[in-house]
Amino acid sequence: MIIRECGDAMLLVELAAVIDPVVNERAIALAAGLRGRQLRGVRDVVPGYCAVGVHFDPLHTDLPALEHAIADEAAAVAVIETPPARSPIEIDVQYGGDAGPDLEAVAVHAGCTPAEVIARHAARVYRVYMLGFVPGFAYMGRVDASIAAPRHRVPRERVPAGSVGIAGEQTGVYPVTSPGGWQLIGRTAKLMFDPSRTPPSLLAPGDLVRFVPTTGLRP
Amino acid sequence: MTLGVLEIAKPGLLTSVQDLGRHGHQPVGVPVAGPMDSFSHRLANQLVGNEAEAATLEVTLIGPELVIEAETTLAIAGAVFEVTCDGRPVPMGGSFAVQPGQRLKFGRLVQGARAYVAVAGGILTIPVLGSRATHLVSRMGGHEGRALLAGDRLPVLARPAPRPPRKAAGLNLPTGGRARLRVVPGPQDDWFRADAIRTMAGASFRISPRSNRMGYRLEGPPLARAREGELISEPVGMGAIQVPGAGEPILLMADRQTAGGYPKIGHVISADLPLAGQLAPGDFIEFSVCSRQDAVTALIARERQLLRFAVWKDAL
Repeated sequence: MIIRECGDAMLLVELAAVIDPVVNERAIALAAGLRGRQLRGVRDVVPGYCAVGVHFDPLHTDLPALEHAIADEAAAVAVIETPPARSPIEIDVQYGGDAGPDLEAVAVHAGCTPAEVIARHAARVYRVYMLGFVPGFAYMGRVDASIAAPRHRVPRERVPAGSVGIAGEQTGVYPVTSPGGWQLIGRTAKLMFDPSRTPPSLLAPGDLVRFVPTTGLRP
Repeated sequence: MTLGVLEIAKPGLLTSVQDLGRHGHQPVGVPVAGPMDSFSHRLANQLVGNEAEAATLEVTLIGPELVIEAETTLAIAGAVFEVTCDGRPVPMGGSFAVQPGQRLKFGRLVQGARAYVAVAGGILTIPVLGSRATHLVSRMGGHEGRALLAGDRLPVLARPAPRPPRKAAGLNLPTGGRARLRVVPGPQDDWFRADAIRTMAGASFRISPRSNRMGYRLEGPPLARAREGELISEPVGMGAIQVPGAGEPILLMADRQTAGGYPKIGHVISADLPLAGQLAPGDFIEFSVCSRQDAVTALIARERQLLRFAVWKDAL
C-alpha cells in the first residue's frame, strides 16, 4: 500500500497496479471503512479499480490522523481473499439492429456470428469495478477475450441512453445520451441513474451484473 | 417568508447556478461541479450575509441582463465588469440594495473571466443530491441542469440582507491575461522525463479554445514522458495536471470527471485555483513548483481574507 499526495487536498491510496477482483474488493472495503469513520474535513472517499481517492479540506483535516486511519483500514482489508458472493443484477438487453449498431462489426472482429457475440456477452457475470465518466456509468469486466473489440478511434458524438457497449475487455451501459467511443452491441430500457431515487445509481462498485437477451425493451 | 424572482432577460455567454459542489456521490460517478473560482463565490456570499454554501450565479466573459423581482441585496465578486442597475453603476466587490423591477445589466469585462452574483438568502433552485451546482455535461442541478437562457425565472428570497451594504477587497485578479500558478509535483511525476518539471516551470502555456468548465487544454512545450502506456483509471481532483500521450497537458477544473487514466505531473495548489478560474481561452499560465507545506501556508493566507469578514459579520 502506498499513499500518494495529489496536491494539498487529496490523497491517493494505491493498493496495487492491477485490475483484479480481490484488489478491487479491498479498495471498495477500504473506502467504505474510511467513510464510516466520518473524519473531520474529509469530503469524499472514492474507490477506483485498485486505488482509493480521499478528497479533503486541507484547513480542517488532521493529516497524520487521516494517514493513520488509512493505514489501519488497509491492514483490515488485507485479509479479504475472495470477493463475497452477491446475486447478480439482471439487465435486459435488446441486442443488434438499431439498438446495437456495432454488433456485426464486433462479430467480424471475433470471427463469429452476431448470435455468438450475444451468447458470449450474456454468458458471463460481470463485476462493477468502478463508476465514472458520467453519473451511473459502470466499468464492468471482464469480457470474453474473443469479443473484446477495441473502442472506435473517432468517438460517436451521440450515443443514446441505455446503449450497451464493449471497449476491450470492459463492458458498460451509457446512463444518459452522451458522446462515446465504445462498440455498441445493444440497448437496455433500465434507468441506470435517477437522482430522485435512493440510491440514485442502479449499480455500485463491487456489484455483479448479468445481461439478459430480450426481444423487446422494457424497464 | 416571501419569495421573489430573478429573471434572466439575456443569458450572456455562459451563466449557471453554482454552490460549493456536489460532494459524497463521486463513488457512483457524480462529478462535483461548483464554482471555477470558489474564493469569489464565497466572498460574494459573505457580502450579502449568506453562508458559503448558498448558490450564486457564475457569469462567464459576457455577462447577463437580469430583472430583479424582489426587494433584496446583491453582491458581485470575482471578475470586474461594468455593471449598471437601471443605468446607474453598481460597485464590484460590494453589496447593494435593489428594488422590484430593477434591471441589472452586465457591460464590458474589465479584468478576470468569471464573476459571481450573490443574492441575500441564496438562489433557491431545487437541490439535486444535496447541491444546487450545475453540471453541464450530465445535465444535473442548477436550473434544469443547464446554462441559463432568456426567460428563465429563478426563485430567491424577497428579503434584504439585515445589515448595511459592505465592500471587500477581492482576489488579486490576473493582469494581462496571464497568471502564475503554483504546483505540487505528483503523483505520477516519475512517469515523465527528469527535465519535464523544469520544462513545465520554465514556459508559458496558452489556454486552448477547446477548454471549458471541465478542464483547460494547455498549449506549450511537450512534457516528455519517460514511459508509455496508460494508467489504470483512478480518482482525480480539481487542479490535477494530467498529460495525455500527445503531451498536451489538461488542467482539470470544476466540472472534471471523477476519475481519469492519464498520468498527472502535478496539482495546482488550492490557494491558486481561484486564479485559474479567472482565466479564459487565449490567456497564459506560468507554473512554478512548491511544496505541500507552502501550499497550505498559501491557503491559510487566502482564507484570512475571508475570515476577517466573518469576524466583522459577527460583530454586527
